Formats: sequence, structure tokens, C-alpha cells
Amino acid sequence: MNREDRLNRQSKIRNFSIIAHIDHGKSTLADRILEKTNALTAREMKDQLLDSMDLERERGITIKLNSVQLKYKAKDGEIYTFHLIDTPGHVDFTYEVSRSLAACEGAVLVVDAAQGIEAQTLANVYLAIDNDLEIVPVINKIDLPSADPERVRNEIEDVIGLDASEAVLASAKAGIGIEDILEQIVEKVPAPEGDPDAPLKALIFDSLYDAYRGVVAYIRVVDGTVKVGDKIRMMATGKEFEVTEVGVFTPKSTPTGELTVGDVGFLTAAIKNVGDTRVGDTITNAKNGAAEPLPGYRRLNPMVYCGLYPIDSAKFNDLREALEKLELNDSALQFEPETSQALGFGFRCGFLGLLHMEIIQERIEREFKIDLITTAPSVIYDVIMTDGTEVKVDNPSNMPDPQKIDRVEEPYVKATMMAPNDYVGAIMELCQDKRGIFIDMQYMDETRVSIVYEIPLSEIVYDFFDQLKSSTKGYASFDYELIGYKPSKLVKMDILLNAEKVDALSFIVHRDFAYERGKIIVDKLRDLIPRQQFEVPIQAAIGQKIVARSTIKAMRKNVLAKCYGGDISRKRKLLEKQKEGKKRMKQVGSVEVPQEAFMAVLKMDDTNTKK
Amino acid sequence: MKAAYIHIPFCHHICHYCDFNKVFMKGQPVDEYLSSMEKEMELTIKGNKQTLETVFVGGGTPTALNENQLEKLVSAINRQLKTDGNTEYTFEANPGDLSKEKLSILKNAGVNRLSFGVQTFNDDLLQRIGRSHRAKDVFASIENARAAGFENISIDLIYSLPGQTKQDVIDSIQTALGLGLVHYSGYSLIIEPKTVFYNLMQKGKLPLPGEDAEAEMYVALMEQMEQNGLKQYEISNFAVPGYESKHNLTYWNNEEYYGFGAGAHGYVNGIRQSNFGPLKKYMDPLTRGELPIMDFHKVTVEEQMEEEMFLGLRKTEGVSIRQFQEKYNRDLLQFFGQQIEEWSSKGLLEMDDERIFLTREGRLLGNEVFQSFIGVSNH
Repeated sequence: MNREDRLNRQSKIRNFSIIAHIDHGKSTLADRILEKTNALTAREMKDQLLDSMDLERERGITIKLNSVQLKYKAKDGEIYTFHLIDTPGHVDFTYEVSRSLAACEGAVLVVDAAQGIEAQTLANVYLAIDNDLEIVPVINKIDLPSADPERVRNEIEDVIGLDASEAVLASAKAGIGIEDILEQIVEKVPAPEGDPDAPLKALIFDSLYDAYRGVVAYIRVVDGTVKVGDKIRMMATGKEFEVTEVGVFTPKSTPTGELTVGDVGFLTAAIKNVGDTRVGDTITNAKNGAAEPLPGYRRLNPMVYCGLYPIDSAKFNDLREALEKLELNDSALQFEPETSQALGFGFRCGFLGLLHMEIIQERIEREFKIDLITTAPSVIYDVIMTDGTEVKVDNPSNMPDPQKIDRVEEPYVKATMMAPNDYVGAIMELCQDKRGIFIDMQYMDETRVSIVYEIPLSEIVYDFFDQLKSSTKGYASFDYELIGYKPSKLVKMDILLNAEKVDALSFIVHRDFAYERGKIIVDKLRDLIPRQQFEVPIQAAIGQKIVARSTIKAMRKNVLAKCYGGDISRKRKLLEKQKEGKKRMKQVGSVEVPQEAFMAVLKMDDTNTKK
Repeated sequence: MKAAYIHIPFCHHICHYCDFNKVFMKGQPVDEYLSSMEKEMELTIKGNKQTLETVFVGGGTPTALNENQLEKLVSAINRQLKTDGNTEYTFEANPGDLSKEKLSILKNAGVNRLSFGVQTFNDDLLQRIGRSHRAKDVFASIENARAAGFENISIDLIYSLPGQTKQDVIDSIQTALGLGLVHYSGYSLIIEPKTVFYNLMQKGKLPLPGEDAEAEMYVALMEQMEQNGLKQYEISNFAVPGYESKHNLTYWNNEEYYGFGAGAHGYVNGIRQSNFGPLKKYMDPLTRGELPIMDFHKVTVEEQMEEEMFLGLRKTEGVSIRQFQEKYNRDLLQFFGQQIEEWSSKGLLEMDDERIFLTREGRLLGNEVFQSFIGVSNH
């Protein structure tokens, strides 16, 4: 291609993401767009095509970014090249959203015609506006009986401040309005700017590791052109490679001769070391490269920490490799080795939130086949010692001796919740229970309210979101941002099994709730830890003082009575299963403790929630 | 080959806890089934006829068969299997099912042992677990059986039933002992998937007595039996010496046996195998002259040794060190030394010069011990 062809092609490129609250129909809309642009034959169509990980399909959420190139013949007779970059919808993955937005010029904002704007929609829309993206509002699910598109149109204008007069009324499910959306993308989303002859500047917005091809970098070309055989350099690491493959996703990965300005696709260069390509880095030419890298991304700091330990201690190195591979395309994941007396060698890992943590844990167990013990999540506490020094504590068992502590500060978030006004009482009660401080309440329209609280992050990371959902019949949406540290009356609670302190079970608790929580957790552990051949006392202690206790009774009977009509294989299987169950437990001192027990502190609130 | 199990998968009533292969009898092709089973015996034995030491007809409910069907069954067995006066020939029986006519059919066919599924003598509990008989039927059945000349009679009891107390269990055991039988089995209830009880349990609607009560019931069972001169020879079995069930001992001694009938399990020429359970799937291959085997597994020597342990240790006498040496050419104390040491030190296992066996405490926690012998030699 010569310069003119490239520039002409460039003017017909439209890069966009779809942003929406979870369940507002983002994936269905993406599927319809794929259909409409004939990206796939009917046989290839599977629902929610872009969610490719098993986990994503099972949970009905999008975690990883995906991009796809589409051809669209517009009403003006021209053929346009679209790059649709998928975004995750959950609050934990705001960071990933910001990454995909950086590769686009526009965003399709999908709002549910019945439910209206949700807290998460707002957060993502602001991210898009901050990235100077052109917003194409779409009011989806207009075929629902409860749809009220005009109310939602007003909400988009009043709450977000966007002009929604041309918002497309659509139903992705019924295939209504899809063409209008595509036309608006052509009209409103600007073509990429950039010079195809300038030195290469390509943003790595995601990557994955392929056993045969090495690192596959997902890139957006901002300036210049890249072809197979080109020598390239990673601007952050300085590492150089020769390009072996470039291409786009249609959504099948399809090689192309080159990628140029505005293209969104992939690049491989026999990159074996996952650390050599960092998401957010800029790729340029090895010789005569660009002077300045692209802005990249703000590295997001984890909010939640927990210990990950292999049940089988021999798998420590496998776990390290798994974490390294996952870190490659999840730069929000942080980890460093740590040691626990109870659990041996493992890693203290930082996550964006609880869902992020669960997903990483599940991916390690499924994709890398490593059985894990996860300790209860913790936030980072700021401990100011009596001598004036400050200590950051991300693992409760490292909390210093209370005598040496002047005060402890904990992170607070500003939590915004939106719900129908019937649930204001329930939301406020929940926030008060979670040590929240009321800040503001506003009516968005006659029936919908936005409520703002300041709440300790540690209360949010437990099961706040689940409780919010259950106390508002699923109607409330929720978003939060970190606002800083405030002093709190916090103490460390230790758990003793069979009179031995189990460091992995320690947790930080507010002094006023300490006795109550101590009691709940010892009872919970009594139910979760199976009987052993001896009686096991469980104690909760603050310093030397025992505040609660419970006892796991000794195992009394475990013997198969029946003869199963000579079915010995069945007997064997039953014994094998019992044995296998034991293998999944961790020997802590003389006690065998199942995985769930280490998470007991997390689900502690189940029992005292008022329903 | 010394033993044969024969499965009759028909029942007039399905008990709430039963997960054996069985179907409601009404409308089933019973006669065709019996013919198929005769075919299976013929194909399996192929003229290699040896005198069997035990034949056990179980179910299902073998006594649900009517007189003609019963006659057809015993004559098929008579044609295909070789028994003699020393063969232990058992029929499982449902109390109330055995008319004088049926008893005489069995007696004439050489059946010499009856095993009644009594479960409990508490009529409320019997109803609750889905049994059709009542306590009075048991007394009548035993009387009739004795009148017909049966001496070797056993009954099964189940403890740890929903809503059952320790006193209920003791009462049932004493009533059972009052019958003066030569053999008793006492099983704790196991909740298996695909049973009424399992579904109730999932819904939280099954008030089981719990582990502690179950342990106390088991201890009471062992004590009551001992005090009345019945020797415990296996985890769940008690007998007047000399009347131990030879058939059940075949399993615990890790010996081979035929398994005939739908869903039956056999252990033949070193292979553990099972038949198709659904009647049609069982019968169809036999009409083509093929065996209805669904699954088979050649037991490795390592697995045999493991099985020798987890089956043998169920017996009060335990596993013979000498026999282990003869069978596997291995020193038991060395091969499983680690396990034997561990459980001995925890008081669950004991040994003398000849054998290793579970302690009384070990009988309650048998599975803990058994597990440790499994999968050891895999690596």
C-alpha cells in the first residue's frame, strides 16, 4: 500500500468500545453487530461470542479484553472498517475499561430502557469522556414491557450531561435499531488521526501467552506501519524483536500483511519472556524509533490483598509461574513471596477487588491445575507506632504488638449507590452496619435516588456488594473510589486451633465488634473443619486474652456398613473419595483444615445479616 | 470358583433408602428376565461346572416372585449351577412374602438359609422408611420358616434411621435376640444419591440422629450381641459360632464370585465386572448370545493387596500375615509397615503373631484405616 491508499483507508476506520452496566445488554449488542456485519456465518454464532474464557461464559461477565475487525457497508455506499473493543462491566475491572478506551475514538453507551443509569455506567462514561471519546448513546431493551425510554433519555441528559436527543432506541435481543447504531458510529466517531509514515507508535492494550507463538500482543497502531520482518523495540523495556506475524481478529485471528494507523489487531515476535511486553507499553521501530512513548496507563494500585498458598507445597514454583503468566495481561495483579507458619511458602497478592481475586484464584485452579488455599482478604493498614514511625500492614498476622502502636488508620472509600427510593432505608441500614458515614443523598428523578457514604474499604471487600444486592432485591447499583485513610479503633484477632496460633487465620477487626465476630468465627470454623480423631478446641484471642471459644468434637464413627452386593469397586471409590478429600486439606499442626475454613472470616456476616 | 450371587431386581415396594438396582415389579417381563439370567449362567460357566460353596439370591426382593416364577428361578439355578449338601444356599426374604407354598419350593430346591430384611421392630419407623411389612409379619414369617424346616435364619437390622433413638435401637435388638436366631446383621443407614432419603436430606427434611448418636447405637449393638453369645465376625455381622455367612466372607476374604443378573457384580478370573442395570440393556445382549457386561477391570496385584487389607480388616479376625505372604509373596508387615505402625500407635489397629486386626475403637473408624491402604502402591 502507498501513502495515499493508507490515508484513504484510515479515513474509513472507526474504533469504538461498548460501555454498559452489567446486564444491560452489552454482549448481546456486540453479537448483533457481528451478525449485521457478517463477521460470522450463522453456524459460527454462539451467544456472547466475545466472552471466550469458560469462566466468562459461566459467570456471564466479561473479564478479558477482546477486539474484532468488522467491515460495514454504510448507507453512503462506502465500506468502513470497524474495530470493536470489548470492555468488562464489573466495578473491579474499571482499569481494564480504561485500557480499551485508550485504543478507541468512540464509545457506544448502552443504557437499559427500564433500569436507567446505574452507578457503574456513570463511572465508565466519565472514563470515556476523560479519554476524549465521542459517545453514541443507545437506549436498549425498548421491547421490555417496563421500558421507559423517554425517562432514560432525560436521565442521560440530566445525570451525565450528554445530548441524548439522537440516542438510538434499540433492542439488541430483538435486533431493533442495530443499523442506526452502525450509521451513528460512521457519522459521529472520528476517524483515527496519525501519520502512516511517521515512526511506529503502537499501544499494547492487552496480551496473552501462546505456547507456540510466544507472547501475542494486542495493539492499537497510533502512528506508522508495522509489517512482518520489521525490527521493533519495546519502549519501556528496551527489548528488541523481529515481527513474525501481524493480523486482526475477524473474530478469528487472521494474518494481514501490515498494521497501520488506526488498526487494532495483534502482533507476535517470538517473544518468549512474558516480562518483555508490558501492557500499556509502546512498540516502536528498532531503528529511528519514536522519541516519546504513548501516555500508556496509570498503574492501578491493588485494593485488596490475600495470601495464596498451594495445598501441595511442592507446587510453589508452579504457582509462581502461573502468577507470572497471569500478570502478563493483568498488570493490576501484584504478588510477592511470603511465608506462613501454618501454610508454608506462598504469595501475598494484591487485587483490584474481591471479584478480581476470585477470578485469579479460579483461573489458577482451572488453567494451571494448582489447588489453592486463599487466606481472608485484607486491606493495607497504616500503623503509626509510638516512636512515630509508620508501618504498612497488608497481612493481619504482621500487625505489630499493640503496646507499640500509637494508632491504626484504615482506607476509606466514597461509595455511591443508586436504587429506587423504596430501598433507601435498607441501604442506609446496611451502610450504618458497615461503619459508614452518611455524606449525601439526591433524587435523580421522582423515584430513583443516589446515596453517598464513606465506608471503610475493609467492610466493602467482604461481602458488601452481595448484601447490598440482597437487601435491595438486586435493584441497587454500586461504585466506589478510594478517598484516603482515617484512624479507627482496630485490633488484631488471632485464631488458635488446638492451642496453636494459626497465623493465616488472623484478621483485623474493629474493637467494638471484636467479641461478636470472634464468636461467629469460632462457631463457623467448628462447622467447617471436619471432626478429627481427637477433640480440637478453637479459640479467638486479642493479644493474650481469649474472647471466644468453641470445640470440634472428636470423630466418633466412620465406617462403611454395607456390603453393596459384592460391589467392591464402589467401596474402593468411596474410600478413594474420602482420601482425596483429605488431600485437599491442609495439615496445620495436627489438625487437617479444609480450604473453606481460611475464607471463613470472609463470609462471617452471613449469620448476622438481617434479612 | 466357590460362590455365586444372583440378583432379582423386582420389588412391590421401594424403600426410601434403597439404591440397589431395582424396579417396581408391576408390568415387568419377569419370566423373560429369569430366562435371560439362565442364559447368562450358561454362557458364563460354559461347562466348567464346579461345586459351589455358596449361592446367594438377593435383590431387589427375590420373594416378590410368585410361586411359578420362584419355581422357574430355582430350577434354572439347579440346571446351571452345581451345589451339594454343604453348599450354603441363601435367599433374601421380605417378611410377609413367604407363603407355605413358596417356603416349600425353596426347601425342596435345597435352599438352606434365609435372610430377612427386618430393619427395625418399630412399626412407626418401618412405615417411615417405606417398608411394607410390620413387626408382626416378622414373627409369623420366622415361625413359618422354622415350621418348614429352616434353621439357619438371619435378619438384617438398620440403625441410625431418621427419628430413631438409641433406646429404639436397643429395643429392636432385644426383640431380635428374643427370636433366638443364629445370625444377625446390623447396618448403619447410609444415605445414597437417587433415593427418597437423599432428596429429603438435600431439603433439610431428614432428622438423622447424627454421628455421636450413631456411634452410641453401634456400641450398643456390639454390646448386646456379645452379651447374648453372638460373636461379631465382621463390622456389621454377628453369628453363633459356626453360622457365619460363608457368602459374605467370600467378599471379605477377597475371593472370587460370579455375579448373575441385572446390575450384578462379579469377580471372575481376576476381573471385577458389572452387568448392565436396566432390564432391557441386560437382556438384549443375552438374546444375541452375548454377555451383558457393562464394565470390567483387571485387578492389578497392587490393587489386590490393597483390597486384601480394606476388605480383610473388616473381619474381626483381620488379615492373616501368613496368607498374605502365600498369596502375594510379600511381607505384610514390611509392605504396609508405615500404615500398620501409624494406626497401631493411634490405637485403631492391633496385631499378634498371626494376624493384624482392628481394635474395638478401630471398628468405629474403619474407613480412616482402610483409606490409608489405598493408592499407596500406585506410584
